[in-house]
Amino acid sequence: MTGAVVHLILDGRRVEVRSTISVAAALLTLGHPFRRSVSGERRAPVCGMGICFECRVNIDGAAQQRACQVTVRDGMRVDTDA
Amino acid sequence: MPRAFDVAVVGAGPAGLAAAHAAAGAGKRVVLIDSQPAAGGQVWRKDTSHGYPTAANRAIDDALSSDNVTFLPETQVIAVDEGQLLLQDPRRGYLLACRSLVIAQGGRELLLPFPGWTLPGVVGAGGLQALAKQGWSLEGKRILIAGSGPLLLAAAHTARRHGGTVVGIHEQASAAQVHRFAAGLWRWPSKLAQAATLMSALTGIPYRKGSVVTAAHATDHATRVTIEGPRGNESVECDILAVGYGLVPDVSLARQLGCVVRSDIVHPQVDVDRSQKTSRERTFAAGEVCGIGGRDCARIEGRIAGLAAAGAPVPSSLLRQRDHARAFSRHLHTHFALSPAVRMLARPDTVVCRCEDVRYGAITAHGDARSAKLATRCGMGACQGRVCGSAMAELGHGARTDARPPLFPARLSTLGDPELHPILPAPRGIHP
Repeated sequence: MTGAVVHLILDGRRVEVRSTISVAAALLTLGHPFRRSVSGERRAPVCGMGICFECRVNIDGAAQQRACQVTVRDGMRVDTDA
Repeated sequence: MPRAFDVAVVGAGPAGLAAAHAAAGAGKRVVLIDSQPAAGGQVWRKDTSHGYPTAANRAIDDALSSDNVTFLPETQVIAVDEGQLLLQDPRRGYLLACRSLVIAQGGRELLLPFPGWTLPGVVGAGGLQALAKQGWSLEGKRILIAGSGPLLLAAAHTARRHGGTVVGIHEQASAAQVHRFAAGLWRWPSKLAQAATLMSALTGIPYRKGSVVTAAHATDHATRVTIEGPRGNESVECDILAVGYGLVPDVSLARQLGCVVRSDIVHPQVDVDRSQKTSRERTFAAGEVCGIGGRDCARIEGRIAGLAAAGAPVPSSLLRQRDHARAFSRHLHTHFALSPAVRMLARPDTVVCRCEDVRYGAITAHGDARSAKLATRCGMGACQGRVCGSAMAELGHGARTDARPPLFPARLSTLGDPELHPILPAPRGIHP
């Protein structure tokens, strides 16, 4: 991995990611799941621009945050329901 | 008292940046609002690996370096009313007053349902670009790109730059349509140059025309894609499938304000006059919200709107440039018109509303969009019909016409603060 890195607590596990990327890009790169739909299907980001809401995760305790709209921060806690 | 500005510009893409720069240059105090962390919009989105394109750097610097421009990133417009905006950033909700408004929200990708489009690993074509630029590493990924329009080529270019292997580009328009589009490009030399650069960057990638992705299936560690084209049916395996059918204008803010939108077309666009003024006083619109016309058109319209919002004269040369750029938009739409085949991909059990998992069969059982919504919750989830609304309109099931606040999900503290109430509608209870 090149450049500066930060650490996230992703579903309770400490992971290392590039410092400037979005939370969505971090989870996609790690191959980590995002969310389950109302009927239980696995879903992941689609539009990448804050429109589709498929990338919703819990960030630092705040539910339903669009992962594509948020840049990673050292120590950030990200929880998914997938 | 809310903070007051002469001109508020919503959207910091090519149109919004040009509008802010022009209005500030005319001596007005301008506020530029965008939901993303950095300026540039979608087409000029900052790439975490490669930075901004040169033209974007200049336009952003021009707009943001002015003392007259206040830039508010990570700020969502929650509601709008005469002369004021209810805004929310990661910290708080607040009101902002403005004398004039320029709507430059841009467009969004047209995503159409087909069996398998909800699988993880299936993204929009513009979505792939946005996510790659946000830092999604595509190293070692096999990527299939499909849908329609020049955006597919741009997406393939971005994917390749980010280490992905593009296994094919599948354009729904016929080879003859694409050929006629290319043959007419000489009238827009900058577009021709752009196309030539893209094509040479994409050497070696098959570019199939008249080719439509009809279904995707998840296998153990990949996605199997079924494609129908002039060569018959084929099945291709990839890691990422990116499908986008072009862009549609985002008219949500204009609609909430009551601006007239052209609704004789499938995807409504804001109606403007020669100076980019909407049907409402002191309210202007520029760029993709007025119909998908691309970056060059957006920059010119942004400048016109910025000058007009500032009450400054608009040079007639700008108006001529705008008309020429808009002619490109018509050229694009004529030759990349969607074939009926792409409107018939959804099966009765295909999820159309991704937020509420409403299937196509449940929706078509109802006569119009409104009764389908009331009976099935289609379009009532987190995205508020942004995806399925445009898809259903394209599939011929009626467009949504309402745009009530909040425009985006908002925190209770934003909605509940009595200081912010003037702009929110009084509760109306449940009505049909």
